[in-house]
Amino acid sequence: MIDREQVLHVARLARLELTEEETERMSAELSKVLEHIEKLSALDLTQVQPTSHVVAVDVALRPDEPHHSLPVEQALASAPDVADGGFRVPSPQA
Amino acid sequence: MSAELVALSAKAAAEAIAAGELDRAEYFEAYRARSAADELNAYVWVAEEAGAPVEGDLGGVPLAVKDLFCTEGVPSQAGSKILEDYRPPYTATVVERLTAAGTVLLGKTNQDEFAMGSSNENSAYGPVLNPWNRTRVPGGSSGGSAAAVAAGLAPWAIGTDTGGSIRQPAALCGVVGLKPTYGTVSRYGMIAFASSLDQAGPLARDVTDAALLYRHMAGSDPRDATSVAHPEALALPSAQDLSGIRLGVPEDLTGDGVEPGVMAAFEAALEQARALGASVERVALPHADYGLSAYYVLAPAECSSNLSRFDGVRYGSRSDAEDLIGMYTRTRHDGFGDEVKRRIMLGTYALSSGFYDAYYASAQKVRTLIAEDFSQAFERIDFLVTPTSPGVAFALGALTDDPLAMYLNDYFTVPMSLAGIPAISLPCGLSDALPVGVQLAGPAFSENRLLDAAHALEGALGFDGSGVRS
Repeated sequence: MIDREQVLHVARLARLELTEEETERMSAELSKVLEHIEKLSALDLTQVQPTSHVVAVDVALRPDEPHHSLPVEQALASAPDVADGGFRVPSPQA
Repeated sequence: MSAELVALSAKAAAEAIAAGELDRAEYFEAYRARSAADELNAYVWVAEEAGAPVEGDLGGVPLAVKDLFCTEGVPSQAGSKILEDYRPPYTATVVERLTAAGTVLLGKTNQDEFAMGSSNENSAYGPVLNPWNRTRVPGGSSGGSAAAVAAGLAPWAIGTDTGGSIRQPAALCGVVGLKPTYGTVSRYGMIAFASSLDQAGPLARDVTDAALLYRHMAGSDPRDATSVAHPEALALPSAQDLSGIRLGVPEDLTGDGVEPGVMAAFEAALEQARALGASVERVALPHADYGLSAYYVLAPAECSSNLSRFDGVRYGSRSDAEDLIGMYTRTRHDGFGDEVKRRIMLGTYALSSGFYDAYYASAQKVRTLIAEDFSQAFERIDFLVTPTSPGVAFALGALTDDPLAMYLNDYFTVPMSLAGIPAISLPCGLSDALPVGVQLAGPAFSENRLLDAAHALEGALGFDGSGVRS
């Protein structure tokens, strides 16, 4: 069960604005999914190692050779707002 | 004339072009014209002309590409409004490899937003219609790719599979879809959903075309540190029978939760497999039933991290606000659809302080148990066999109000994704005049044997999807 306060807390963590209606709906929908996920707690997992990567890979190191990165103009080409060769954003403390 | 060209398999077309018997420009134009007139909303972008010709094994064969693969200068929107008209400055490795092998970019296919969905209804660019019945969904998330191949709007296509997103739409549209072993295809330039699960693969009309396309997709890539070279040379399948092959059906697959018509087509496919010489036995996968729960922790958790890049700063849309945090939160509110928001919320919750051990850490342990189940099963059997999806293509809108019911579509496909093993869906019959898919899964890196077995079974099943390509 995830209540309205928790939904708002998680939305703040996720940098996601939610309308009043979305907050209500999210609480109901997430609770239902979490109830299904609770199934995991039926298993005794104390002796089990976690898996974060499924296929064994050698440590993938490459030679440290310099190469060209994306030109500035191309890197900025899709940006919503640009100034002085950089990304422009609103002030953090407006 | 167009109908004759479209009747050719991709392999046959590549050979005819190489032999000078088929004009590549005419062949491309046949598909381009059909795709430009697409009534299924399978495409979100169609090329106006063929790129410069490249010689190669696949020389001149058009390719449909799921929208989440970055293609330089060409819209790559991943089904999301937040990336509307985004044109990346670089191309995904897998698209580069296929272009170098001679394929020609035909179009970008519609998909669920950021590959999150099982019906293609989560696209910001509208749902895709199933070519077998336009009131039905094509499955998802690679719904546009599957529908395009089924309807003869592309000879073949590439998609991505995180928990079933190639296999399930392939099943629902009556085409072949392969999710390869994790790591054998580079993820560089694939707009990420859940990085430990995402894997690109082919959707094709038959197993041979799928094998041919996969052969040119696979390979390690210095730009994807999780990529690995396939330990075997990838061959085209040739097997005509299944003698000596041991197939395993999960013990708890009794028909509960599976549509009767799907179960009947599946049982008939098992009969065909036996007739080809395979033995069929029951195998225990004691933890498979926990797969969905683990998946719906891990995939949202990874997505909540991956999608933090969409913040209105470097690319994509921006919604204005007074301050920086306000700009982030409003941009993400306006740019993401409901399902993406749900998964970001779910993943952020699962990773948040106080819940990490109960959810994320537990799910990773369950992942270990599921992988061990498969390892043990593959000591006794060669391949696991299940229906790909518990049902045939459902009606548009039928499940949109019930996220959990939608997630249950992935019941049979998610465990293989968690274990990173290869699995293929091939059409095995019809139920209610809609295609049913059968899924074969094998150990990691078993693609050669898996495709061979699928090829033999395909021959015996004799599924004919040509009716929807006319």
